[in-house]
Amino acid sequence: MIPFSYIRAGSADEATAAGKEPATWFLAGGTNLIDLMKETVERPARLVDINQLPLDQIETLPGGGLRLGALARNADTAYHPTVEADYPLLASAILAGASPQLRNAATNGGNINQRTRCYYFYDVATPCNKREPGSGCGAINGVNRIHAILGASDQCIATHPSDMCIALAALDATVQVTGPAGQRSIPFADYHRLPGDNPSKDNTLQPGELVTAIDLPDGKFTKNYTYLKLRDRLSYAFALVSVAVAMKLEGGAISDLRVALGGVAHKPWRRPEAERQLLGRAPDDAAFSEFADALLDGAVGQGENDFKIPLARKAIQRALRQAAAGTPQSQVDKRIA
Amino acid sequence: MPPQATLQPAAPAFDVKVDFSLTINGRKHSFSVEPWVTLLDLLRERLDLTGSKKGCDHGQCGACTVLVDGKRINSCLKLAVTLDGSEITTIEGLADGDRLHPLQQAFVEHDAFQCGYCTPGQICSAQGLINEGRARTAAEIRELMSGNLCRCGAYTNIVDAVEEVVRQGALHKEAAE
Repeated sequence: MIPFSYIRAGSADEATAAGKEPATWFLAGGTNLIDLMKETVERPARLVDINQLPLDQIETLPGGGLRLGALARNADTAYHPTVEADYPLLASAILAGASPQLRNAATNGGNINQRTRCYYFYDVATPCNKREPGSGCGAINGVNRIHAILGASDQCIATHPSDMCIALAALDATVQVTGPAGQRSIPFADYHRLPGDNPSKDNTLQPGELVTAIDLPDGKFTKNYTYLKLRDRLSYAFALVSVAVAMKLEGGAISDLRVALGGVAHKPWRRPEAERQLLGRAPDDAAFSEFADALLDGAVGQGENDFKIPLARKAIQRALRQAAAGTPQSQVDKRIA
Repeated sequence: MPPQATLQPAAPAFDVKVDFSLTINGRKHSFSVEPWVTLLDLLRERLDLTGSKKGCDHGQCGACTVLVDGKRINSCLKLAVTLDGSEITTIEGLADGDRLHPLQQAFVEHDAFQCGYCTPGQICSAQGLINEGRARTAAEIRELMSGNLCRCGAYTNIVDAVEEVVRQGALHKEAAE
């Protein structure tokens, strides 16, 4: 690892003051950052250790909803009684990701800030516009089986690797941040960004801004939900395609629907206008088929990942059926019901 | 502008060692080391606790698994300085003198290893799994041991060994209640 200087932040103000300096990274669980530093993909001059900050609580919000502290560990979040009872989609998505060891170390703030697993981003011997702006993209016309089919640009076709974020997108979470300019709330849909002509930037955080919490709204989806994840092996692999569905049914019709896709884009992929089209409809195959087409509208394969388009189409339909039937995908028994 | 240009150190403070202490296998240790030393390297290179293995060094194989305050983590991805005040348990800390830990005994009895390289990580991970209390069935054990790879392919016997100790624990718990 390339040497760096180290600061232990005693307060959020101290952290953000230090964090706005160039080449300075916040360090929480470290499961992604330390790995990237070993690969010299990330070369910080300074790390600001935020592990001592009191941001590890999970607490009910006064107006309803749940606040997940940025430093609460992924495992503690998934197994928290309120998350299990009221936000089972989130618990399921977290448990679909990584390994128990990683979930014990990784934090909620770190999870949403993790970087792509594109092979070219990791391989410093190859060009990568995300790692080194302007150097080119090895994945376009390269080995791109795991890459994006939606929202990519001619500079970057990387995907966001998180499972947790796909559930957070479907649940309309809000990211709370504090920084040199004060505190602000970022709707989850606006937190991550598409690569465009600046793929080096994964999200909309400003220099020095620190994620303090992720808020879940009061709306609970405890019956008609699922997190369906398809990957190359049954456990401990990133999604080729994943689908988070949160649905409400009333009198035999869909009264609320949120669907987010993982493994297909630079950010969790949602189309609220397509979701609205299904309101009032019966939860049947015709509606689900139309919705899958609408959600995947504009999907483009890169060659090796062309299979993701039909795979995603089937996965969306299957996940919608699971949610409508109230039979969420088990994260232990991987047979797909 | 190439990114390297912005990655120059703000100040050459690289000779600064950081003081912290850890309790490792019940014994308190004080350290003054560079901040980039991982827990795995600290254990292996400074304390000669070489049971924890450096397999992939990237959090993918689980051979470096240890318990921090009772929770299993990949020690290769954890900077030691960030753990000030924590209690670490490694494979060397599980046995009670000459008496093997129940998981060690079960791994022997079930022939749950071939080369043995992944075994310390498997056993520490299994102890973490037991502490978590989430795995009861063989299917749940397989899923919750998925962070530990075994290139010899001893998985079937590893699951049997862990399942036996999980079941013993459940019986003891029932007896206590």
